Amino acid sequence: MTYTFGLDTFGDRNSDSSGHPLSHAQTIRNVVDEGVVAEQAGVDFFGIGEHHTDHFPMPAADVALAAIAARTEKIRLGSAVTVLSSDDPVRVFQRYSTLDAISGGRAEVILGRGSSIDSFPLFGYDLADYEELFDEKATLFAELLKGGPVTWEGKTRSPLFSQDVVPHLESGTLPAWIGVGGNPQSVIRAARLGFSLALAIIGGPPSRFAPYSELFRRALEKYGREPLPVLVHSPGHVAPTDEQAKEEFWPRWQEIITLMSAERGFAIPTEASFDRETGPDGALYVGSPETVARKIAANLRALDATRFDLKYGMPGMTHDQLMTSIELYGQQVIPRARDLLA
Amino acid sequence: MSTTRIAVLGAGHVGPVIARLAIQAGYPVDVATSGDPDDLALIADLVIPGARPRWASDALADADLIVLAIPLHRFTDLDPAGLTGKLVVDAMNYWPASDGVLPAFEAGGSSEIVASRLSGSTVVKALNHIGYHDLESRTRPPHAPDRLAAGLAGDDQAAVAAIAALLDRIGYDPVRLESLRAGRALQPGRPVFGATLTRSEFERAIHDEEARSLT
Repeated sequence: MTYTFGLDTFGDRNSDSSGHPLSHAQTIRNVVDEGVVAEQAGVDFFGIGEHHTDHFPMPAADVALAAIAARTEKIRLGSAVTVLSSDDPVRVFQRYSTLDAISGGRAEVILGRGSSIDSFPLFGYDLADYEELFDEKATLFAELLKGGPVTWEGKTRSPLFSQDVVPHLESGTLPAWIGVGGNPQSVIRAARLGFSLALAIIGGPPSRFAPYSELFRRALEKYGREPLPVLVHSPGHVAPTDEQAKEEFWPRWQEIITLMSAERGFAIPTEASFDRETGPDGALYVGSPETVARKIAANLRALDATRFDLKYGMPGMTHDQLMTSIELYGQQVIPRARDLLA
Repeated sequence: MSTTRIAVLGAGHVGPVIARLAIQAGYPVDVATSGDPDDLALIADLVIPGARPRWASDALADADLIVLAIPLHRFTDLDPAGLTGKLVVDAMNYWPASDGVLPAFEAGGSSEIVASRLSGSTVVKALNHIGYHDLESRTRPPHAPDRLAAGLAGDDQAAVAAIAALLDRIGYDPVRLESLRAGRALQPGRPVFGATLTRSEFERAIHDEEARSLT
């Protein structure tokens, strides 16, 4: 079995060592440096998730990825995720096929319905339509990935008739995933449309997702498709020791999740809930390289997945903390996880 | 074992979790969506073993107890006639920050609005406030010190008692609020929503919020 290991960021706004927030612009430049260091550390994939807020000032992930592409040679680059529901599938395809051209065939795309709702009012979409928007647009995107002229008609954008969409993909296709947060119907949709499956596991015991991998495989069979991979995306932070990792991560986690709780109406994290999530049955990968590697290996096995993407850092952490986390992940966590999985 | 037949409507994040809990507690469970049960068969088979996928109309007709676990914006597509005379658990939430604004639900407690539309049914609000991430892993037997509270609210006390018994059987400590209106305390943005609280913590959170609103 070949396993791959990635890192994801949402452009989490950095602070300096005294806790003062850096500018959006500096944060974006830091993300580009982090992508370059990820390649040097031996990471297989670097993903940037579209966000539109002061804490996550990263709406144009593809532009930042292009900058990383220009400074790297091997690492694969992709979105994590692109909020397809509030975007135009044709433009998303064009941006990532351009990234694929710039990077010499290293582009990927992970499409999401969007659980972070900021893009809907920004671009004039009604949240109540998210299901139909995503379903139609994912269907069109699957057509675009086939590479030939596209004929398509739906309710959410103008129709296309034998439309040649450029730039053409050099290798004919682009690895494309659909991000799923635990809705089995979304798993079926990914299989039906021929996308690989990205399981976003951000709370609770990861093992509860185990039936989804099997559901995905069985659904691929049902739709007469070849096997496709499953990846796991979860948040975390790596530092030399468990204590240091938790000390660096917890205050930022508490701060951001508490703020989001106020905006979005869910529970405020407590030390008890944090301990549960960072423990063996939780969704956070916060700790020493050994702790994080063990948890990754155990969950890839339990979930029958072949790729793990760590969403590293949180807003308010320093660029130095993130760079250390990336280096430890690439140089220690990945080799250790590979050993454990061998 | 009870022969209460449960129909869970909705196969998204929440429906399968509730269906699994009910099956583990020994209830016969049908699951349905707005579509063809054939499309649901694979999900039922792998994700909700033991559940019977059915057309919604058949599942509702045979059920003693119906759990609504569909997106709230799809609720208005549901024909109330199919639920007439039934005991209905409203596990849905009105959560504008996550699902958008629904004008029909701006005017009060979401379960009160659901109940007014389902005027021929008996509605109890329950299973809406513990996150689906936690709902399955946090069940505990009676008297376990870390057993979590599950709030419920309704205006028909016999119905509330029946749902309290169900919550107890699936592994939660039922905490009854005095009316469907009082069930607004279980909604998004309120202190117990999304939290994992024991009975004493739960009661304190509700009490403290009432105390704050009086000052």
